[in-house]
Amino acid sequence: MRYLPHTSEDIAAMLQVVGADSLDGLFSTIPEDCCALVDMNLPEPLSEWDLNAHMGDLADVMAVSPEYKIFLGAGSYDHFIPEAVRQLLLRSEVFTAYTPYQPEISQGTLQTIYEYQTLVTRLLGMDVANASMYDGASGLAEALLMAIRITKRKKVAVSMAIHPLYRRVVSTYFSPTGFEVIELPYGKNGQTDLSGLGPLDELAAVAVQSPNFFGCIEDLQAVGNAAHTDSKTLFVSCFSEPLAYGLLKNPGSFGADIVCGEGQSLGIPRSFGGPGLGIFTTKQAYVRSMPGRLVGQTVDKDGKRGFVLTLSTREQHIRRERATSNICSNQGLCATAATMYMAFLGGTGIRELAALNRDKAEYLKGKLKQAGCAIPFDSPTFNEFVVQFPGGAETACKRLLDKKIVAGLPLGKYYTELADHALVCVTETCSKADMDALAKEVTS
Amino acid sequence: MKHTIGTTGLIFNEPLLWEKGAPGRTGFSMPKRDVDPAPLDSGLKGEGPDFPDLSELEVVRHFTHLSQWNFGVDSGLYPLGSCTMKYNPKTNERQASLPGFAGSHPLLPPELSQGALKLMFDLQHDLAEITGLPAVTLQPAAGSHGELTGMMVIAAYHRSKGRPRGKVLIPDTAHGTNPASAALCGLKSIPIQSNENGILSPDTVAGLMDEDTAGIMITNPNTLGLFEENIRKIADIVHARGGLVYGDGANMNAIMGIVNVNAAGVDVLHLNLHKTFSTPHGGGGPGSGPICVTRELEPFLPVPRIVQADGQYRLSEDHPQSVGKIHAFYGNFGILVRAYSYIRSMGNELKKVSQLAVLNANYIKERLRDVYHLAYDRPCMHECVFSDALQQENGVATLDVAKRLMEYGFHPPTVYFPLVVHGAIMIEPTETESKESIDAFIDAMRAIAREARENPETLHEAPRITKVRRLDETAAARKPCLKD
Repeated sequence: MRYLPHTSEDIAAMLQVVGADSLDGLFSTIPEDCCALVDMNLPEPLSEWDLNAHMGDLADVMAVSPEYKIFLGAGSYDHFIPEAVRQLLLRSEVFTAYTPYQPEISQGTLQTIYEYQTLVTRLLGMDVANASMYDGASGLAEALLMAIRITKRKKVAVSMAIHPLYRRVVSTYFSPTGFEVIELPYGKNGQTDLSGLGPLDELAAVAVQSPNFFGCIEDLQAVGNAAHTDSKTLFVSCFSEPLAYGLLKNPGSFGADIVCGEGQSLGIPRSFGGPGLGIFTTKQAYVRSMPGRLVGQTVDKDGKRGFVLTLSTREQHIRRERATSNICSNQGLCATAATMYMAFLGGTGIRELAALNRDKAEYLKGKLKQAGCAIPFDSPTFNEFVVQFPGGAETACKRLLDKKIVAGLPLGKYYTELADHALVCVTETCSKADMDALAKEVTS
Repeated sequence: MKHTIGTTGLIFNEPLLWEKGAPGRTGFSMPKRDVDPAPLDSGLKGEGPDFPDLSELEVVRHFTHLSQWNFGVDSGLYPLGSCTMKYNPKTNERQASLPGFAGSHPLLPPELSQGALKLMFDLQHDLAEITGLPAVTLQPAAGSHGELTGMMVIAAYHRSKGRPRGKVLIPDTAHGTNPASAALCGLKSIPIQSNENGILSPDTVAGLMDEDTAGIMITNPNTLGLFEENIRKIADIVHARGGLVYGDGANMNAIMGIVNVNAAGVDVLHLNLHKTFSTPHGGGGPGSGPICVTRELEPFLPVPRIVQADGQYRLSEDHPQSVGKIHAFYGNFGILVRAYSYIRSMGNELKKVSQLAVLNANYIKERLRDVYHLAYDRPCMHECVFSDALQQENGVATLDVAKRLMEYGFHPPTVYFPLVVHGAIMIEPTETESKESIDAFIDAMRAIAREARENPETLHEAPRITKVRRLDETAAARKPCLKD
């Protein structure tokens, strides 16, 4: 086997030094009642070439573009990824390194994360970012737990227009703790309805997503005002499509206390939903309550600029059960990909790309309206929107699938009241011709 | 210093991204605009982020230069204990980047995702086969996430019996994530001391295990690299009082095909696919932390679960006792593809993997024991733990040894962990290192031990040939500068 370098001579010589008579003899401390009595029932090893064929067979039955035209977002977005990102990520000094415990030989990773932290705070208008978390959903759960720690309150208000799968993860994180989630409904325009917000003196946080699950841009000013009616309550703003902030006013400018979400859009393939990138940012005042790793700037013995992991007294390897979180590593390589992607795009590029996403989505929205579809929510959207297809979403989506068009995500499974509706997404990867074809097929 | 692997060479200074470039440049191929601009309320419109504008080559050079300041497994021996820094096969990257996998959307109807679902279903089977625990979820995104999920499963089990419990036993050798994960499940950690042999005694466990204790979290092999020989007896004690045994499988690389984790009495085990199953560590993730459980605990695993009927795979939510979802989708699928490729490439040779990992560690232990203090003089598993007790006589500490090792061309071992060994040096060579590579490491460690006696200043001053020298971590923490 090409990954195992030992010759039988090597093994014999090493066993002699160790004083064992055989490889099995190395395991003499393992009691019999723990031993595997039969061989593992695993398939025969494949050669590299047979593996290629086998994996090709599995991958080939997956529906992907360009064979399929996929108008599906809902937290996982199809954006063009520069080949340079893919190739640079394979620089194996980065790729095969681990957590930068030894900063003298990890400056590549450390400077990259410092750049990531900086670019992400600039994108979202926040003071500090951690080195990343697992995904948007667990990031939101961690944000709410952080608000609970800071305020010492036990209740949070969460908008129902936050991604339903994120909310399910939050409820999993909360279930062993006794903390409570109050759901804020969405209004007729697709934005969170704040009118039912109860007494804030019990709330640790008010959380919304913008653009929200329906693609609608939330009135973050109003949410911020409502949340900050009580000086202790934290305003949490999350997202699943960070590209929106190439175009939109960022949550930091509305006074958000924690801004977190999914960064998959920033140069990371969808990859059946993971790995993604949990982006997590907050205000300076809360940095010591923030979970996750942090990289900071410092100097070396000779006064040269360098970077280190810092403020680690918040973390589990020192604080153990009193840590801010159990999170140990980050999504290093995904954060690296996002940094590269943001660097290739640049400030000019991200504005242009974000505008293009919205303009294309608006084009399709117009086309679908013309084709007789209803657009139930009239608040402004970014690159996703809810559509009521004539004849119902499930039926329409099924019919379009025969033409290899995935017309969107039917919403009935997530919101029974929206059973006729689908969530449609358009990114820069959709051409006008693809959108025209969808609009035509909807009515045919 | 005689001939060593580490040497000097030309690397480059590289500023921060925003210290280069010029407004108006781009490194991105903008798709053609084939639609008209749509109006947007000016109240919603922002300035756009203050990102630097750089050309493609500027960005490529930037990250190429940065990568050259790093040390990875592909650079050299990386014996970071507890992290299993084995070779990450190149073919696994090819498989994960196949358009059918990398380009697939998680919410497509299952009939359009059969390849991914079959891969996950089969990987679950393989992990069950390797551990002996029959039911598997692939959803946790990292080892610590797996721990959290596992402890949620244990808490849900106790709730289902109508008797929630408030405590959990955790040995002093445990990873720091263990108590932190337990705390998130509302469980109070009760520390247990390991005995003079570095392992747990059944009597100690029996003295602490009561009806309010949810169970015990055991890392096996433990973080001293020793097999917890009493695990079956301990499991029996815990089970007899209604508790469950959580196994931290971070060190599974030592025991594949050798130990049946189920037979050893473990009820829940997490695996780190980025350790045992060769997926890249990526400078700190993404990892993947599946958990494997007994049949009795299967109903509590996260949803959706993958089920198979008539050759078709689908995602099932119909598991009312499930702890719920712990990832937005199905976990780090791209990492699962790599681990699956590795297991398909290895088959039953995984047993050989464990044998050689253990051989390499014991060989290092025997060849360094006369120059470094061995914390526990017993046969080890896949890693061995020394300390700086002998070097302290010359004013040399573990940190100095670690920094000097860089100049010889090696990544330092894990240092100052486990906490129970003062000045610990925890060495895990992994099975993918050849005898020559291990011998070169041993030579370097022996040379450093000699330098510690004869010329300790060399160690205090190390490293001198790296991109930067020792960094001022105190200043970094006192006045944090976390962004520009």
